Amino acid sequence: MTTVSLTLNVNGADITTPVEPRETLADVLRERLTMTATHIGCEHGACGACSVEVDGKIVRSCLMLGVMAEGRGVVTLEGLNDDPIIAVLRRAFHEKHAVQCGFCTPGMLMMARDLLKNRHVTSERDVRDGMAGQICRCTGYAGIVRAILAAAEELRRTSAGAPASA
Amino acid sequence: MKPAPFAYVRPASLDDALRLLSADGGDAMPIAGGQSLVPLLALRMSGAERLVDIGRLEALRQVAVTPSTVMIGAGITHAEIEDGRVADPANGLMRRIAGGIAYRAIRNQGTIGGSVALADPAADWPSCLIALGAVARIAGPGGERTMPVEHLIEGVFATALAPGELIVAFDIPRLAPSARVGFAKVARKTGAFAMSLAIVILDGAEARVVLGGAGTRPLVLAHTSAAVLAPNAADAALRDAIVRDLNAVDDLDAYARRLHTATVLRAITEMRAS
Repeated sequence: MTTVSLTLNVNGADITTPVEPRETLADVLRERLTMTATHIGCEHGACGACSVEVDGKIVRSCLMLGVMAEGRGVVTLEGLNDDPIIAVLRRAFHEKHAVQCGFCTPGMLMMARDLLKNRHVTSERDVRDGMAGQICRCTGYAGIVRAILAAAEELRRTSAGAPASA
Repeated sequence: MKPAPFAYVRPASLDDALRLLSADGGDAMPIAGGQSLVPLLALRMSGAERLVDIGRLEALRQVAVTPSTVMIGAGITHAEIEDGRVADPANGLMRRIAGGIAYRAIRNQGTIGGSVALADPAADWPSCLIALGAVARIAGPGGERTMPVEHLIEGVFATALAPGELIVAFDIPRLAPSARVGFAKVARKTGAFAMSLAIVILDGAEARVVLGGAGTRPLVLAHTSAAVLAPNAADAALRDAIVRDLNAVDDLDAYARRLHTATVLRAITEMRAS
């Protein structure tokens, strides 16, 4: 298969790797860079398990070809160990029993972080609307919603995650 | 990975893109945000020998405001419209519609031009732009031309775009500040494609009601548009007009007729309350 050379920044590090044009960004992260926090569920944009940030914006890494991310800055869950919002979300997911099999969890955390960063989340409706694109096949949504609401509340109290704008 | 192999090229200019898309009749397809094409490639429902990435072309990301129109580049994303980062010619209607398209992760990548070029009859932008009377600027091997979106969209996933042509931008007439708008959408869940969506615009002496999700393309409901112009049209008169419009649509079962009637009435009610 014909490969091309791809250079992008992942979690702060510039990386160059051979890729096939048909590899999605999710494929590149997992198979070329062995960064497996990003999960691949449906591989056609239905489940949200592969959510990552590209240039500060949440995207589905199965709906972006790796070559489309050339020169972009990609952030995966591996790069967020020191992120204050992720720290609160991780604890809330644990405390509210938001993890069953855990397969959807990385995408849930990435999307929830984007939601709490950018929106005022005060109600269950806010969470369910904002997270509507993430599928949990265990159907553990009640715990996930409770966890994100609890995290939103904690971040509001500590003002660590105040949204940039309403 | 699921797609079949293809080559990928990212031209630096619109001219280069047009050349690559038309070059020697090669099997090439444009890709912008990729939010519809990448899944279609993954499912192998679509494919090409070569993808031409037009997603970073500045020529497709222009926005210009004149006293009577707003021009929005085809490469502007749903999220940019949702966030108010480009002017809204429709007094906030486009911003609101953008915020209801799929999910935020999709809206960050998906473009308004891509949505129209795909021409899914249940998508939001085709109905919205037809309701607003938008005109597409189209570039191709033969030069530039313009075409109302109403004529550009021909059917299910079918447009009047010729091979090698790209939508560059939309010129969208601005509504008067006093214009009244209503929007209603029914979907199985937040972010899903609409089962029915209706847009009602009353701007001075002109009214336009557009229904999406019924039939093969967005429908301008002529009888309903006329009925909406009557300031105090009774519900029964509006229902009557909607029924007459729906009678012209093939293959609507009883549920679909009730659904579309309710959606249009909801949009009219919202317009009147605005």
